[in-house]
Amino acid sequence: MSQSAPIADSLDTAGLARRAWNSDLAYSFRRSKVTVVAGVITLIYMLSALFAPWVAPHDPYDLASVSIMDSFLPPAWIEGGDSRFLLGTDNVGRDVLSTIIHGSRISLGVGFASVFIAASLGVTLGLISGYVGGRLDAVIMRIAEVQLSFPDILIALLIDGVIRSILGPGAHGNIAFVVVIAAISLAYWVQFARTVRATTMVEKGKDYVQAARVAGKGTFYIMFKHLLPNVMGPVLVIATISLALAIVTEATLSFLGVGVPPTQPSLGTLIRVGNDFLFSGEWWITLFPGVALAIMGLSVNLLGDWLRDALNPKLR
Amino acid sequence: MISFILARVLQSFVVMLCVAAISFSLFTYVGDPIANLVGIQSSDEKREELRESLGLNDAVPVQFARFVSRAVRMEFGISYQQKRKVSSIIAERLPATLELSILSALLALGIGIPAGIYTALHRESWFSHLVLSGSLIGVSLPTFLIGILLIFVFSVQFHLLPSFGRGEVVQLGFWSTGLLTESGLKALIMPAITLALFQMTLIMRLVRSEMLEVLRTDYIKFARARGLSNRTVHFGYALMNTLVPVITITGLQLGSIIAFAIITETVFQWPGVGLMFIQAINEVDIPVMSTYLLLIASFFVIINLTVDLLYYFVDPRLRVGRDVKT
Repeated sequence: MSQSAPIADSLDTAGLARRAWNSDLAYSFRRSKVTVVAGVITLIYMLSALFAPWVAPHDPYDLASVSIMDSFLPPAWIEGGDSRFLLGTDNVGRDVLSTIIHGSRISLGVGFASVFIAASLGVTLGLISGYVGGRLDAVIMRIAEVQLSFPDILIALLIDGVIRSILGPGAHGNIAFVVVIAAISLAYWVQFARTVRATTMVEKGKDYVQAARVAGKGTFYIMFKHLLPNVMGPVLVIATISLALAIVTEATLSFLGVGVPPTQPSLGTLIRVGNDFLFSGEWWITLFPGVALAIMGLSVNLLGDWLRDALNPKLR
Repeated sequence: MISFILARVLQSFVVMLCVAAISFSLFTYVGDPIANLVGIQSSDEKREELRESLGLNDAVPVQFARFVSRAVRMEFGISYQQKRKVSSIIAERLPATLELSILSALLALGIGIPAGIYTALHRESWFSHLVLSGSLIGVSLPTFLIGILLIFVFSVQFHLLPSFGRGEVVQLGFWSTGLLTESGLKALIMPAITLALFQMTLIMRLVRSEMLEVLRTDYIKFARARGLSNRTVHFGYALMNTLVPVITITGLQLGSIIAFAIITETVFQWPGVGLMFIQAINEVDIPVMSTYLLLIASFFVIINLTVDLLYYFVDPRLRVGRDVKT
């Protein structure tokens, strides 16, 4: 008896995998070639971000292994390139490919963190707005409305600038990360809140919510235990689209010099730093991180578009 | 109807007041305004005297009221870094930003609308597919990357266009323009394209989807049944009905162009108010920062208010809906 349990378990996993493979979602994913390519590229980015120290051919931030003698080497396939450095080296001899891999890690990390906080904030406010209603709802939605009339990037930039000036010139190192993540998440909570509010208002009239209320469950219990799982579909779609936006926003802030610090560069910081060498002919220092950023943004964007269409019952 | 307008105006007013409050608290609580005005060696009594004479010892609401009344009269204090009046710095830099933004808006409209019409009318042509997939890239590419690419191709590789600055400008009274000199025009090309590209793709997609929607409606079918020429149907009936939402959204986008100008101006070192704001953040120049905050907020509030009111007058359905409800 004791041995059959793991077998049943593995059978169940296989069955689950088969069910997942045959689901509508997986079917629409497999049918769209562009989405599959975007998915594979996103997966590669995420894996290489997770395992950056092992994937990157060099450790660009280990001073012992970086040599100034290797600086400004062009990509390997160009005259004068070195086969050790596939995409060339930057001004202090760091391997560009390795800095890109480490930079993507930071870009993705900041993106995920911002979207997670934005989603938590937006979903909570949306649930409160939709379920509790009343004056609280009016206040939250008015703020959302006002914020929506400004472009996201401007909101992020203004919040970033205000926090930075409050902190003074000491906003370096890890604090800079906190500032950037706070600015981006405060710029993107609105979409979550509005969608969750709308869905909540539909859901709260349904029988299961009424039943829970009759059973004497508390407001917060109903909001997070019953309503939350039922609003997660649209939240997932917005999260994916927001991830692409957050990555681009972070890159923009870093490019403007008000994002993550140059000691731990994201793709945006790399582009900013490399931009100084564009005119002296060392184009690879800025263009390769740029291409990496563009491909990352486009892939996540395409995934988000597909998810939106696939989960939208109207389009089936 | 009057209640709607009043509510809308009141809301704009509250928003401006909130931004003014943020701006004011930055001014008052971040850094010491006195320390930025006097030398290190001035005595404590002297500082206290200055503090008293500037009204920094008054109650906060009094200070805020004074701040607002000064802001209304365009007095924003003195820049910490440049030691000049903020209002004159802005007056000097605003023409650069406005020239760039207006040209970009025209470019975005001038190319975006025809491209949208074309892709809606010729849905299956290879050119439409090309334009549409190109627009997807335009939407996902960050603005600054487009700018860098343009600089790389046209300045670094081919030495055709200048990569930074405004070129030579001509002073027309208080307005400095780059439109009258060759180098000024050349300098304008790449920043304008960079700034316009994103809005252009947005407008194109909007026009396309609106036009496709309109082409499906019954009155277009009837127009065709009457035997009207394609030209009359497309441009006489379909286009006119497409343009109503396009006008409003374009109005809103005008604000975005001014906001995105921050990025474009940084890439091309364009001496406008956006670049000024980024420099102010990096130098913690609070008066300049908070003034920009007020400036950009009032731009947006005015644009949104105008568009809302316009929409209200253009679309009679909105009016009827409101009247029934209230």
